[in-house]
Amino acid sequence: MIILAAMLGIPAFIHIFLVWFPTFASIVLSATDWDGIGGLDSIEFIGAKNYQVLATVYPPFWPAVQHNLIWLGFFLLIATPIGILLAVLLDKEIRGTRFYQGALYLPVVLSLAIVGFITQLFLSTDQGLVNGIGAIFGMKPVDWLGDSSINLWAVLIFASWRHIGYVMILYLAGLKGVDPTLREAAKVDGATEVQTFFRVVFPVMLPINIIVLVITVIESLRAFDLAFIINRGLNGLELLSILVTNNIIGEASLIGFGSAIAVVLLVVSVGPIIIYLTRTQREEAR
Amino acid sequence: MTAVSTPAVAAAAKQTGGIRWSRVGLHIFLITISILWLFPLMWAVYTSLRPYEDTAANGYVSFTGVLNLDNYFTAFKDGELPKYFLNTLIVVVPAVILTLFLASMAAFTLSRFSWRFNLFFLMLFTAGNLLPPQVIITPLFRMFLALPLPGPLSDNGVWYDQYVGIIAIHVAFQLGFCTFVLSNYMKTLSKDLTEAAVVDGAGIWQIYYKVTMPLVRPAFAALVVLESTWIYNDFFWALLLMRTGNKLPITSALNNLKGEFFTNNNLIAAGAVIVALPTIIVFFAAQKQFISGLTLGGTKG
Repeated sequence: MIILAAMLGIPAFIHIFLVWFPTFASIVLSATDWDGIGGLDSIEFIGAKNYQVLATVYPPFWPAVQHNLIWLGFFLLIATPIGILLAVLLDKEIRGTRFYQGALYLPVVLSLAIVGFITQLFLSTDQGLVNGIGAIFGMKPVDWLGDSSINLWAVLIFASWRHIGYVMILYLAGLKGVDPTLREAAKVDGATEVQTFFRVVFPVMLPINIIVLVITVIESLRAFDLAFIINRGLNGLELLSILVTNNIIGEASLIGFGSAIAVVLLVVSVGPIIIYLTRTQREEAR
Repeated sequence: MTAVSTPAVAAAAKQTGGIRWSRVGLHIFLITISILWLFPLMWAVYTSLRPYEDTAANGYVSFTGVLNLDNYFTAFKDGELPKYFLNTLIVVVPAVILTLFLASMAAFTLSRFSWRFNLFFLMLFTAGNLLPPQVIITPLFRMFLALPLPGPLSDNGVWYDQYVGIIAIHVAFQLGFCTFVLSNYMKTLSKDLTEAAVVDGAGIWQIYYKVTMPLVRPAFAALVVLESTWIYNDFFWALLLMRTGNKLPITSALNNLKGEFFTNNNLIAAGAVIVALPTIIVFFAAQKQFISGLTLGGTKG
């Protein structure tokens, strides 16, 4: 019994101490004005003032919210559906499917830091491929990564390069688990491939659809590395995750204020996390 | 008779012809997509092989045929990449071993013995793994500055700016995912063997070590591949919890190749290819494990 308790207790303690304790500390600290100087006893509670400042005074907050929403929208409406489409196409018995899968999946094993560098090889103003090709056609160089009206979209294309492969592989695994007799029955009834997918396959894939949806939302909230590598998340690439870190590593370390931004991120994440949990638990009960 | 069958035959022929053509179209589409997907890496490799002077004179979109490995030598020497690779190794190896060891024990307890609070723990681990790391970074940063860590483990007396600290946060965070995957996997195992071992008088540790562990080897293999890649690829934890430049892991150190005022894209390309290479090799060597690990965690409830 003691061995058992230790076997669960030690991992659980490490996880709770380094993941859940800081999560709750974020919530508590977000109601304080702590600047990190002075001990814990110098902390004063100021209620919701940090949130008020965040929403009304702090300039990058609303742009960051907007960029996170655009990121999410782009993933949900473009990248994830493309990943699903590719999974459906690769689910057919075709020659060379392993090659296709490997090619699409390759970016997923790359660090997002590397994706960031590759983005620069393509889009930097004077050394990038895209402007290089543009120059051949007599186009003026575009500052893809510096111009705040386009840099988010430019980054999203490279983020999708990675996300699409991820969705494809998850969905493909789900499709392999669909009972083949369902498809045959639909075929006998004269359904086209498109009809079969939307009326038969897609509904039975509900658990995987939900998980892909949750992963898409979580990945959009976690977006950090790419924007940070490109310009430290300034000037058009502000994201909530980056605002949190800027308040730690910047000159002025505003612990309470940074925590308030983290709590916003937490609150948005709670929804998809709960959906994921209830979904996986229901699967288990079955 | 012939008048009736001819249209039918023609229709059938047309249909198979249609299928064949749609197959060709599908292949053309997939080949195009595959090339599009591989192209960024190809471009990085091509750029990395060209001397800076060549691209400066002729532009990046040019094919002069002047190719050599100079950028790689420069990246290795001036970028001191071997040192940073070693730093990564110091983090990845213990982090993966510890994560899997601890997660397998937690999963073993959670899947083999029914306690009232099993569900609570399972949910805690699963939810923890889904949190964006930025939610916890602010207090964690302060904790790492305040927590004492003695002697050879730390050269400044605290967890901040230490390998141990980076390893600890990787272990804590990845425990969530690995426990989730392993406990699901263990639930699918037959209980007969465990019960037989109990009858034979085996202790809990023996059941864990001698009976369950050999059976979860496939899931373990998948998780080793996946976790090594993830921890190797990490950029965020080291960025915030390490300060000494010399101790940075390779992905974070790559930023050093970027000059303050002058950027040499050829050199950056070489650095990116060097850092990407180990993960690409692992992927090709263990594609099956890689994919099964992800799908075990992603789609299997």
